[in-house]
Amino acid sequence: MALVLDGVCVRQRDEIWLDDINLELSSGMTVLIGPLGAGKTTLMRVVAGLHPPGAGRVIVDGKDVASISVRKRSVAFVYQQFINYPSLTVHENIASPLRLDRAFPKDQVDRRVGEVAELMGIGDLLPRRPSELSGGQQQRTAIARALARPVDVLLLDEPLANLDYKLREQLRGDLKSMFGQSKGVVLYSTSDPAEALGFAAPTVVLGEGRVRHVGDAADMYDRPPTLAVAATLSDPPLNLLPGVVRDGWIECMGASFEAPRAHARAERVVLGVRPHQVSIEGAGPGALAFPAEIRLAEVTGSATFLHLLLRGGTHLVAQLPGTRLFTPGQQATAYVDPAHVLVFDEAGGDLLASSTAEVDLHG
Amino acid sequence: MTSQLAEDAGAETSPREEARGRQADLKPKNNRAWFLVLPVVVSVAFTAVIPLMTVVNFSVQDIFTPTDRIFVGLDWFRSISRDPEVRAAFLRTLLFSAQVLLVEIPLGVAIAVCMPRRGVSVSVALVVVALPLLIPWNVVGTIWQIFARGDIGLGGWTINNVLGIGFNYTLDSTDAWITVLLMDVWHWTPLVALLAYAGLRSIPDPYFQAAQIDAASAWATFRHIQLPRLRGVLTIAVLLRFMDSFMIYTEPFVVTGGGPGNATSFLSILLSKIAVGQFDLGPAGAFSLLYFLIVQIISYVFFTVLTRSGR
Repeated sequence: MALVLDGVCVRQRDEIWLDDINLELSSGMTVLIGPLGAGKTTLMRVVAGLHPPGAGRVIVDGKDVASISVRKRSVAFVYQQFINYPSLTVHENIASPLRLDRAFPKDQVDRRVGEVAELMGIGDLLPRRPSELSGGQQQRTAIARALARPVDVLLLDEPLANLDYKLREQLRGDLKSMFGQSKGVVLYSTSDPAEALGFAAPTVVLGEGRVRHVGDAADMYDRPPTLAVAATLSDPPLNLLPGVVRDGWIECMGASFEAPRAHARAERVVLGVRPHQVSIEGAGPGALAFPAEIRLAEVTGSATFLHLLLRGGTHLVAQLPGTRLFTPGQQATAYVDPAHVLVFDEAGGDLLASSTAEVDLHG
Repeated sequence: MTSQLAEDAGAETSPREEARGRQADLKPKNNRAWFLVLPVVVSVAFTAVIPLMTVVNFSVQDIFTPTDRIFVGLDWFRSISRDPEVRAAFLRTLLFSAQVLLVEIPLGVAIAVCMPRRGVSVSVALVVVALPLLIPWNVVGTIWQIFARGDIGLGGWTINNVLGIGFNYTLDSTDAWITVLLMDVWHWTPLVALLAYAGLRSIPDPYFQAAQIDAASAWATFRHIQLPRLRGVLTIAVLLRFMDSFMIYTEPFVVTGGGPGNATSFLSILLSKIAVGQFDLGPAGAFSLLYFLIVQIISYVFFTVLTRSGR
């Protein structure tokens, strides 16, 4: 099974929703990640056949499916909202796509429903109606509905976004093992980097209606090809500092470090620093030091997020391990090891150097 | 005094659980809330309770002149409930309401389902559908009185001369009944349609897409997605249409005046004949109270059945 998108464009009046999408997805799971409004839902709707592509082709298993109506396509869709038939029981809900599928043997329906319900951990809820279930159980029912019928393309549009934190973690684990051996194409969209990284599946980064990058999420996290990809895959958000390249050195707000080789062509750069790479205690030699004022300390339990105001009005967030108490207004110095700085070209946002690139050089 | 105590207890800083326990004891004793309810109590008293009590007062007396009256107990209730004319009118009204509900509810839902969901046509459709609701009752009566006439009315003339069916609502009781029923359907189906449309509009698009992906038929989509979502608004629509049609007065009064014979003389028309025409205040009072009671009971039954069946 393979899904190919060939130059898919969607325009709504003057707005471009999808711009020349070219993708090749094979069986198993693919994660689609992008910020709000990146075009994830539109892309899924185009694949499902709910929205006609303005240009380009959607090819499933070598066949252009443009002329096939939604009703006849072999797709299943799970929405962010919990969509189930309100008047039907959980059992009937899961059975509904099977009953409507002529190819599916009718005497197998009950067995298949039981199987899928067991898989989703809702086996004991079959006689209930959706309104009697919790949000997590409703979404499990919706996912079970989508899993029941063997389909070529299974689309999940931010299925966990409306669930609370604990349920999300739990369901994410369940889904990962479930989609691993799927024979069809599973396209899973999310805006949460933790999900993309957690699934460890091929990942497509979408932004402003374009494919930003395709690859392994962990690789992209370590060595983001562009600033946009780095921002999409970073949670907590990346700190961005302005820098200038001068005579082989990068100067950044009073501090400077030797520019990584090869990219002297850019004059203005953006430095990306992950919050957990910032410390406020003395660091090794060569560390960049920024005098700062403490504005706010957010304690989450396992970590403390320290919001710092640097000279020149730039904001910097430091993620410190453990619970730490600070007084707002206190002076501090933020240290950053230049080896852990991502250097992007300010003009195009392309990565010029990263920590792993340096490590690779030495190793 | 009690409210003072409640405030003191609230202001005191005490351990949490203790405070919670005390609050539960003291909170309901703040009586100032009654002042906020007072305007409602007064207005309801003057607009509903006192007029109703006046009717109750009439219903237990035989009144000859304002100064000359005797107490008769429940005699009027007995005679009204045994009166064959009242009983016939009751059955007639019940039949009329049943027919109104059977026609208007499905028709209204059907119109709502066919109305566009988005685009410019939405406002056009809304205005067209809502038009009959904007016409005053007696004007609706007049419109239909003329419309259904065999000699000069568009509808009546067409039935008589184009379709070749003899139709005359001033002579034939069935024709009169059909005219009044059609008039009510024309006037009030839009209300049901608008309520149902509002209910349908609140269904998120993904439900329809999910049904489409399942390849569910239009009927299945209606039966399993739209209809369950309409339960709430349809309960209201059924109640409103029942109460209104059971108390219908103006339109049949204008069109047929209750005739021919007694064919369209509903409870309200009979009541006004007794109360205003003959000025029999005692029987009319008893009649009004029984009428009121029937509407209340049937509405209650409807409401209970419709809300229970949802579970």
